[in-house]
Amino acid sequence: MNRVSATGIGKSYGPVKALDDISFDVAPGEIFGIIGPDGAGKTTLFRILTTLLTADAGRASVCGLDVVKEYRAIRCRVGYMPGRFSLYRDLSVEENLRFFASVFNTTVEANYHLVADIYRQLAPFSTRKAAQLSGGMKQKLALCCALIHKPEVLFLDEPTTGVDPVSRKEFWEMLMRLRADGLTILVSTPYMDEASLCDRIALIQSGRFLKIETPRRIVAAYPRKIFAVSSSRMHDLLRDLRAYAPVGTAFSFGAACHVTFAADDCPAALEAYLTARGHSSLRVEEIEPTVEDCFMLLSKTPDDGKRA
Amino acid sequence: MRQFWVFVVKEFYHIVRDRRTMLILLGIPVAQILLFGFAITSEVKDVQVAVYDPSRDAVTRQITEQIAASSYFDVVEMLDDASRINDIFKYGRINLVIVFGENFAENLQHTGEAAVQLIADGTEPNQASLIVNYIEGILASYARSAMPAATAPSFTIQPEVKMLYNPQLQSSYYFVPGIMGLILLQICAMMTSIAIVREKETGTMEVLLVSPMKPIYIILSKSVPYLVLSMVNLATILLLSVFVLHVPVAGSLFTLLLLSLVYIFLSLSLGLFISTMVDTQMAAILVSGMGLMMPTMLLSGLIFPIESMPAVLQWVSAVVPARWYVEAMKKIMVQGVGIEYVLTELGILTGMATVLVVLSLKKFNVRLN
Repeated sequence: MNRVSATGIGKSYGPVKALDDISFDVAPGEIFGIIGPDGAGKTTLFRILTTLLTADAGRASVCGLDVVKEYRAIRCRVGYMPGRFSLYRDLSVEENLRFFASVFNTTVEANYHLVADIYRQLAPFSTRKAAQLSGGMKQKLALCCALIHKPEVLFLDEPTTGVDPVSRKEFWEMLMRLRADGLTILVSTPYMDEASLCDRIALIQSGRFLKIETPRRIVAAYPRKIFAVSSSRMHDLLRDLRAYAPVGTAFSFGAACHVTFAADDCPAALEAYLTARGHSSLRVEEIEPTVEDCFMLLSKTPDDGKRA
Repeated sequence: MRQFWVFVVKEFYHIVRDRRTMLILLGIPVAQILLFGFAITSEVKDVQVAVYDPSRDAVTRQITEQIAASSYFDVVEMLDDASRINDIFKYGRINLVIVFGENFAENLQHTGEAAVQLIADGTEPNQASLIVNYIEGILASYARSAMPAATAPSFTIQPEVKMLYNPQLQSSYYFVPGIMGLILLQICAMMTSIAIVREKETGTMEVLLVSPMKPIYIILSKSVPYLVLSMVNLATILLLSVFVLHVPVAGSLFTLLLLSLVYIFLSLSLGLFISTMVDTQMAAILVSGMGLMMPTMLLSGLIFPIESMPAVLQWVSAVVPARWYVEAMKKIMVQGVGIEYVLTELGILTGMATVLVVLSLKKFNVRLN
């Protein structure tokens, strides 16, 4: 049976549609990622599923329990880590963990094995106040607190936002281990690179799911060849590429621009065109599309990539 | 139940670890009692008096000496020029100038009448009229003692005044109950509402809601520490007023504590109610600060007697909890009456508390929207 199931969920704040017709299912032991930019509706969706908000439309269930009628029972069986750091800053690491264990009617000792891997890293700071922890440490502690009562489903709302890359990697390794123990995990993130670590992902934009698929299939479904283009004058490159007629879409990806062409293959004249515009040390190579490329393609109309 | 106590302990950690707030919580009662007891007082003490005495005879000298001998007055200056009287007030040191008429003793002896003018600084009307009353008393008693019996009027009405409950007319008898009403409300209502709203603001409420913890436990465990704190404050205030300000507790201590407990409970439920209405600590402070403190200060009878207010304000004051508490406390502490005389107040306070608790439980949101 599905751990989480939603059908036609909608939610509006006044005239703003935060969520519109969201439907999906999450199987037991799955890491389900909800990927999208800030303001796409991720937090609202998490709050509806964790019974903190009620939806205007649609139905949802967690562990087979209705999120509106049986909210009490759900609250005993899920773990929730909000996007904002939500532990007591003036309590120490250990006090926070003990407090949340008690709130869930259990003890740290009874369920220590669940958090042992993570807590081992925090142990040296167990008497330190939560406020004085680094961003990564804070998130690990919050994860411990959300896990200590042995939840069946874990809701993690942007757990790695504002966390350094090394800690992010460690954090995801923990999620993998938890999945191996049979935990079902819903995680939202604005980082596309984390998407490939999920079993299935839903791309969300302006309150609508654009696609629900495994990361591999999403990437495989990318319809065109894609090229990474870089030059010595990166800040002009995007504008010049978009001004070039054969270019289909062009997006800046930091160190390179990801470009597709109307004729699918890269025209030979591209380098000459860019050189004429004063670009040097040009590099053009075909690459594997990333989840972010797919997201860009799905979320924009074809013309968007050409607009300056 | 274990959940509940763990939560209470956590709440105590919050309070104890925030040293500054804790100092304020424990220091406020001491500071306010001492301030009102020694600094802000409606009694007259050490009034600075200047005397202009053009006649300089035995009688005026005697009167001046008697005034100077009184503990209320210090004769600090003898003026030799009437034109300086106006200036002397402008410097603000002098509260009263006594101007004797010319040939004071002679006039008194021959006509039985002599003129003396009292010029007081009217910027503080209450103090000015008190000062003038005292001086008139001194003048009258001098006249009685100095006048030969033969010239005395054939009959006089001599009132014998007795001040019940507060024979020395100490203002502390009046304000201690008021201060108690203010402080308990401040600590219970304001601090409880802030403590609950803080959890909303920092996002911890979100985590607490997604837990098996019952909302009523969350709310109750938040108020227990402040209940304890206000008991400590109650004890501090009582000890200070009995041993430092010498305000006795005339009635039964049990009734006093019962009444205070009901009032504390009411204040806590007011705090809960406020916390269900606002979402930020700033708003909680504003609502409890402006919405509670001001009416309590002005309409509880702490500063202005309710009987002398316009009827409309008297009606408004009926919904100010502190009014009933202060009124009952005055009866118990100062008049020393038994519990049967404060049943009305006790009933009203209990009723208000019940309504507030029911309202806040109804309003408490088990979700975020």
